[in-house]
Parts: sequence; structure tokens; C-alpha cells
Amino acid sequence: MSRTYANNQAETKANPIAGACVVARNITKVFSSPGGVITACKDVNLSAAPGEFVVIVGPSGCGKSTLLRMMAGLDSPTSGTLQVDSPNGKRPTNSMVFHGRTLFPWLSLRSNVAYGMQMHGKSRRARLDRADELLDLVGLGDFRNAWPHQVSEGMRQRTSLARALAIDPQLLLMDEPFGALDEQTRYILQEELLRIWDNTGKTVIFVTHSIEEALLLGDRIVVMTARPGTIADDIVVPFPRPRSLTTIRSHAEFGPLFDRIWSRLRDEVERGGAFR
Amino acid sequence: MSRRRQELTLTIAGPVLLLLLWELLSRTEIINPIYWPAPTALWPTAIDMFQNRDLLGDIRISMWRILAGFVIGTVPGVMIGLAMGLFWPVRVFLMPLATAIYAVPKIAILPLAIIAFGIGELSKIMIVAISIFFLIALSTMSGVLAIDTQFRDVASNLGASRWQMFLTVALPGSLPAIFTGMRLALGFALIVIVGTEFLAASKGIGYVIWQNYQILRIREMFVGLIITGLLGWLMNLVLDLVERVVVPWRNT
Repeated sequence: MSRTYANNQAETKANPIAGACVVARNITKVFSSPGGVITACKDVNLSAAPGEFVVIVGPSGCGKSTLLRMMAGLDSPTSGTLQVDSPNGKRPTNSMVFHGRTLFPWLSLRSNVAYGMQMHGKSRRARLDRADELLDLVGLGDFRNAWPHQVSEGMRQRTSLARALAIDPQLLLMDEPFGALDEQTRYILQEELLRIWDNTGKTVIFVTHSIEEALLLGDRIVVMTARPGTIADDIVVPFPRPRSLTTIRSHAEFGPLFDRIWSRLRDEVERGGAFR
Repeated sequence: MSRRRQELTLTIAGPVLLLLLWELLSRTEIINPIYWPAPTALWPTAIDMFQNRDLLGDIRISMWRILAGFVIGTVPGVMIGLAMGLFWPVRVFLMPLATAIYAVPKIAILPLAIIAFGIGELSKIMIVAISIFFLIALSTMSGVLAIDTQFRDVASNLGASRWQMFLTVALPGSLPAIFTGMRLALGFALIVIVGTEFLAASKGIGYVIWQNYQILRIREMFVGLIITGLLGWLMNLVLDLVERVVVPWRNT
């Protein structure tokens, strides 16, 4: 089984049926509150092929998070259809890496990672073994018994990633997961994420503010406008993989792509600024 | 000196200084030693009370009333509080009752408690239970409401059912607030039991204080007061230990 990259190179994946397929058609989400009606996103069309890494960039308040929440099943669209299909015909699984501090403070790092498996009824032995494996994978093997408040923000974010991976989701949704991290930690986690994605072939939808991060990670970049969020651009990223910041920065397309995304965003950020 | 030792020194320094000052003022008769006997003069009285007047029995019965009332009040208090936090209709329905009854000085319902539960032990236990019930319920409720909604999203995203959500998010998330409520409740319980024993008991630490005051046995009264203070301190200490075991993630 092969997967087609944007630049037409094919590569064999470790797990060819690991990724879900996402198709969103004319999604509109309206929130009504005492202060009035807010349209979070309007007529959004978005798709992700199995195993594809799609990055959504956009200004604050453009409904990126709302979109992810709908894909996660935590919210439902006001109108339009959202379809998430599993490649093996079973019920598709997803998990989300939330923005901010979302590890359960009352569970150790290990139990946090094991949480999803516990909810899915896995045996204690199996879930603790798997949690230890994942903690080793994100470099936190020595901290498995620590409480979340005892470790750094970067470590908490790695644990959140491990927790999301633990239920082996076909669709991984990430809401600005590295936004609060310092630059060095962010580089390391970006590399780890790419490595994990490359080994598992999951479909990833990743929300970020950072254009550079989008260019580093994505097969495709979807640019959204300010509220109400609509899609302004959908760009195929031509850089070969494996990527690193150095290799993509020296690629001839880096500058033009960066400019293209920034020119789209610039107007939106300025326009959206009035709301925030 | 390390921070820990400084803390310990300051902790002990407060009571010791107060006792020294009291001793000094009483010995020099700046305050009348008949009404303010020096702390060292209380020792022989205390020993005599333990040996000849079953002071331990008084302590034991007061502790039993507090403990039984505490359990009878806390368990349903936590359950109602969780329900109030989780389900808004329950909250809206019970809130006016809870806040109104919470504000009534509990000793004021002693006559009612006696009418309802008789003049025996039951009324004394029940008045403790009733006086802490609303306190525990309200603090448990606010604990549930203070849980970040993101935790609910995470749990739901990872496949938690409603019941699992209750067991793995609402309950542990509100435990710190439940313990804060229990800490306040201990103080409440002590106040109420001493007040009750002033008025309607023939044994117990409150009875010892009031009885000895009425016949002007001031030293015996002081021994009762000091024992009451020590009991409050000791019960708090036990609660601290329990909390450290049950809520180990709480930053101490």
C-alpha cells in the first residue's frame, strides 16, 4: 500500500490503513449567546485523505478550534455535513490534543496516558504497559509517576500527545499544541510528531498560528479568514520528506509560499483585530 | 536555618509566648489569679480531673458525638453537593433552601432537634450532622462547578461514558473542595457540640466547662477550655493526614 505525497513521491507506510478520511461540506457553525449571534465559521469545505497531514492556519477567532471540536464530535455543525470515515469500515476513532493545560491534575503522567485505554476497557496490565511505552517514546519514561504540576509545560504537552496517541486513533486532531512552548522545545516536539506520524500513517489535522510550523509539518495548508471563518486558500506543500527547518528554509519555494500565506493572513489579522 | 525549621519554630513560638505572658501576668497578680489562674497551676487540676472525675469519659463522649455527626452529615452532604454541581435543576431547586438554612446559627435549632430526636444521644449527633450538612454540600457543589470544562471535553473525547465521567472527573476534581469544606465543618462541629453540651447534656467537654463555671471552679473550667482547643487542633491534624493520602496531587 502506498501513500502519495504532494510532490508525487510515493513511500511505503508502516501501517497503511491507520488513517481516517475527513470530508467537510459547507459547514456553518452559529453560536447564540445573550450578547447576540456569533457565526464561528461559514460554508467551510475541507477534506483530508487517509494519512494526510493537514494544517489549518488563521487569525484568532476564525473558528479553527470550533472546526476541530466538530471533527472530534464535541460539537455539531449548525448546517452542512461532516463525514469522518474509517478505512477499515469500522467506527472511526479520533483523539484530540487540546490547547492549554488539559492533563488531569489528579492523575500521574502514566495514568493520564492510560486514561483513554481505561475508558475503552483495556486491562490494567495492558494499558499501563502501553502507557510506559508511549512515555518512553516521548522521552518521559523517568517521569511516569510524577504529577502534572511537578513537570514543565513542555513535558505536559508531550504527555498530552502520548495520551492522544494511546487509543491509537485514526484521526489525530491537534489544537495549537505547541503554542505555549519555548522555541527549542517546540522544535523537538515538531520533529517527534513528524517521526510518529511517519511511522503510524495517521491522518492529522493540526491548527497553528505559525506559518513556519505549517510549512514544516503539512502536506497541505488551509488558510482561514477571520470571523466568520471561511477558507481563503488551500495550498499543497511541495517540500520533500523527511523535512527539517533547515532543509525547508533553503528550498526555493519556501519564500514564495511564506509570502503567499502571510499576504492572505495579514489582511485577516488586521480585519480581525477589531474583534479582539 | 532552613525554611522548614523556621516554620516549626514560629508555629511553636505563638502558643508558648502566649502561655508565658499569661503565666507572668498571673504570677505577678497583674491579672487576678482567682479568675486567671496561671497555666502551670492548671496541671494538678487537670491530673486530678483525669484521675478522679472521668475527664477522659467526657472527652470520649464529645469526640463520639462529633465523629458520628460528622460522618452522618458529610456523606449525604457530598452526594447532594455532587448532584447540585452536576445537574442544574437540582442546584436551582435546592440553592435557596441551602443558603437560607446555612445562615441560621445552628445552636438555634437545638430545641427542634430535641423535639425531633429526643433528649438522648441522637439529638446531639444529629445537630452536628445538620449543621455541617449544608456547608459540605455547598463546598462540594462549588468544587464541581470549578472543574475546568476542558477536562470534560478531554474525557468525552477519549470515550468516557457519563458514569465514567462522574467517577474519573467530577469526583476527583471536587475532592480538594470537599476537604476544604470538611476542614470548616470540623470547626462548626466543635462549636455546635460545646454549645449543645452547655445547654442539654450531663456529660461531655462542653458540660465540663459550663458546670464548673456555674460553681466558680475556674481552674476546672480552664482545663475544659484548653482540652477543647487541643481537640480542635488534633482533629485538624488527622484530617490533614487523611487529605494527604486521599488527595496526593494537591500541591502542599
